[in-house]
Amino acid sequence: MLTLNINKKSYTVDVDPDMPLLWVLRDKLGLVGTKYGCGMAQCGACAVHLNGEAVRSCVTKVSRAVGQQVVTIEGLSEAGDHPLQKAWIELDVPQCGYCQSGQIMSAAVLLRENSNPTDQDIDAAMAGNICRCGTYLRIRSAIHLAAEMQRKKG
Amino acid sequence: MGDNKINYSRRSFLKSTALAGGGLMISFNWLSEFGQDDKIKMFDLPEQWHELNGYIKITPDNVIKILNPNPEFGQNVMTSLPMIVAEELDAEWQKVVVEMGPHDTVKLGPQFTGGSNSVKMYWKPLREAGAAARQMLKEAAAQTWSVPVEEITTKGAVLFHAKTNRAGTYGEFASKASGIPIPKEVKLKDVKNFNVVRNSKKNVEGLKIITGKPLFGMDYNQEGMLIAMIEHPPAFGMKLKSFDASQTLQMPGVKDVFTLKLYEDGFEQGGFDTRTFNDLLVVVGNNTWEVMNARKKLKATWEPAGVMKETVAGRSGKKEVIIPGELESTGAQFAKMQEYAKQPAEQLRKDGDPETAFKNAAQVIERTYNAPFLAHNCMEPMNFFAHVTDEKALVAGPLQAPGWSEPTLAKLLNLPADKIEIQMTRMGGGFGRRAYGHYLYEAALISKKVKAPVKLIYTREDDMSYGIYRPMYTATYRAALDSNKKLIAFHVKGGGIPEHPIHANRFPAGAVDNYLAEGWQIPSNITIGAFRAPRSNFNAAAEQSFLDELAEAMGKDPIDFRLELLKRAKENPVGKNNDYDADRYAGVLQLVREKSGWNKPENKKYSRGVAAYFCHNSYAAHVVDMIMTNGQPYVERVFSAIDCGIVVNPDAATNMVQGAVVDGIGNAFYGGLTHKNGAVEQNNFHRYKIIRMHEAPKKIEVHFVQNDIDPTGLGEPPFPPVFGAVANALYKAAGKRLYQQPYGPQLNTRRAF
Repeated sequence: MLTLNINKKSYTVDVDPDMPLLWVLRDKLGLVGTKYGCGMAQCGACAVHLNGEAVRSCVTKVSRAVGQQVVTIEGLSEAGDHPLQKAWIELDVPQCGYCQSGQIMSAAVLLRENSNPTDQDIDAAMAGNICRCGTYLRIRSAIHLAAEMQRKKG
Repeated sequence: MGDNKINYSRRSFLKSTALAGGGLMISFNWLSEFGQDDKIKMFDLPEQWHELNGYIKITPDNVIKILNPNPEFGQNVMTSLPMIVAEELDAEWQKVVVEMGPHDTVKLGPQFTGGSNSVKMYWKPLREAGAAARQMLKEAAAQTWSVPVEEITTKGAVLFHAKTNRAGTYGEFASKASGIPIPKEVKLKDVKNFNVVRNSKKNVEGLKIITGKPLFGMDYNQEGMLIAMIEHPPAFGMKLKSFDASQTLQMPGVKDVFTLKLYEDGFEQGGFDTRTFNDLLVVVGNNTWEVMNARKKLKATWEPAGVMKETVAGRSGKKEVIIPGELESTGAQFAKMQEYAKQPAEQLRKDGDPETAFKNAAQVIERTYNAPFLAHNCMEPMNFFAHVTDEKALVAGPLQAPGWSEPTLAKLLNLPADKIEIQMTRMGGGFGRRAYGHYLYEAALISKKVKAPVKLIYTREDDMSYGIYRPMYTATYRAALDSNKKLIAFHVKGGGIPEHPIHANRFPAGAVDNYLAEGWQIPSNITIGAFRAPRSNFNAAAEQSFLDELAEAMGKDPIDFRLELLKRAKENPVGKNNDYDADRYAGVLQLVREKSGWNKPENKKYSRGVAAYFCHNSYAAHVVDMIMTNGQPYVERVFSAIDCGIVVNPDAATNMVQGAVVDGIGNAFYGGLTHKNGAVEQNNFHRYKIIRMHEAPKKIEVHFVQNDIDPTGLGEPPFPPVFGAVANALYKAAGKRLYQQPYGPQLNTRRAF
């Protein structure tokens, strides 16, 4: 039995410690906001925060998350009001929407570390997140907008 | 209360029959094929929802629910189709509740997503549905207030009678309205007076998407659900010989391993029943990862399937198709295509006397273009949920056209269609791939076999190597110029594995006196299917690159050259069935020329490529602005001009065009599958490159031609000309013309991943 702390809640799961965190979240805990896209850390759809760092949950064994803080898209904010989420709505970013959780989770780490990212900073931080529908321009704009919202808040 | 309920239910039934008899949905003419007995079911509606027609339900508290009929895969019909209803209904958009409709083609129309058809085919019927409901509400108020119905007005879901200073919400009159006969004729709004449509509205599912709510087939869950995966053969042209599951069955969480046949011998396949492998080796277990691990322990041997005979339903009855048995490799395919290109081909169109014109030409320019198989690579891999019993079936998942798959599903399960419920989840991308229901059938047969609810999942590797690809294409273009460098003849001979790409009646047919279009194909066991703008997605690249070369040879500006040809096509067209409107085609070129500042000195630093194309009823033109940085080409910005008629949701439409531009750049530079002895050489994103953030332009400026033409479609039209514009920009940037897609590898482009 493993005890996990996800989105500030405690969960106990009976799984092989080698099971990737992605599948624990999706199949065991019903937290399906984190997506499967490739299973080999190439697409970013599975991005979650492990102690504040963006990790690819599809290749992260759940044992690595024991005793750590995991945050998924469901726990990024109380009411969908993280500046990134507000910016995403403001600029109507998603098309199919499947990659968007991963995009937002990756962007959240960027914004925590860099309160005023340039286009180049964004490109570098987001290079691991594929969007098949091609919403990159809006993602970039939304990150700038969220950064601005964050800066205004102080 | 009880009496009211019975009456209401009967009214719904009557309303359904009225719809089936064509009372309201006068724009849907396929209704005749649905007998009243087949599809009508009694609705178990909660008594507070009053249904005015298939799309609209209203509560006494004036909550208006509008159903989206069409499956959603990112084109945002979930928002745009209800907008159309809300407009004519005169509802307050902010307060409308939108829900995905059930599969019910009697009440909700054709319900297929494909061919850029959703808005186009639902435009009139949804307007009529909204207007009819509004009329019924007005009638209800008029009766209640004993006033003439012509004196009733509406605004924002409220009815008014100004003369007697009365007002009442739609909700107050919904019950009475639902009992009023559907009007035979309705008056629609003037399109210039829209206050919902033609205004940008936010994605109704935006908040759910960005907070990770369950939306997709992959997210569908049910108590007791098992996970299934299929171990497909490692190559096209192979089939299962034997397997040893002894180790697999010992793995944790595994329930069963077995084989299953998808179609029985001689099964007559419909157009969207394409499948690559018929003998399925299935692993079923408790959860995804356990099944993935168990699969690794399978010991399977494979053998060539040999030549196969498939029975396919054609337009004039069924026909037999021979599928070759060779294990194909890209190099050999390429060589074979070059051989076939020299052989006589099927004539698709001929105007004038091209043979003589070419013989007498002062100059003949000939160029050959090639493009590889492409994988759709929807971000959400193929998957479907099924719970099948002897009596009925519930299936749920990502599917573009439930109606196209239901007949086959009914046959395979030996269940009548009315015992099959197909729920359409949101799709993580479609691009044409999800019009082919093989994975739905597979899931259903697996569930039936294990007598449990099952979700079938394809891994990315399963998905990318399964097939249903965009075909491999080639086309040779020839142009004859006279001694004045005038274009006197045009010849295109296109071929493909396994289909050719030629649209014989497209521009520049109609603009050239002597014209010849030919096509040939080489059959293959590599399966193919519709891929965002089928055929066009290659044609535009080849043809628009060729027109650029012609313009250069003639010393003309590329846009001027095209406009000259279009002028000819309009004023003195050649031949018949010219499949485009020359004015609208010219319109997007003129608009993109203006908005991009074409030939303006301030844009000199850019290597500019232009292309335009007509497909799926709409027109698109792009100017691609490329720069070279450290010897690598980068598309910094794009100007796009689109004519798709009335734009329902402008910001969402802009998003769509921008996405199509990014998609086009990515596929032009990087997209491509190769094969070795039948096995595809790219099965995940480390080998199959998808365009990423840093490779996407900084700016894509989209302009829509302003007209009042009924909407003509937007999902596909912007995509094909992007390839041509990229090729033409590359010529300016890199100094060489590229004839083989993907372009990236020929430029020593650094592959980021």
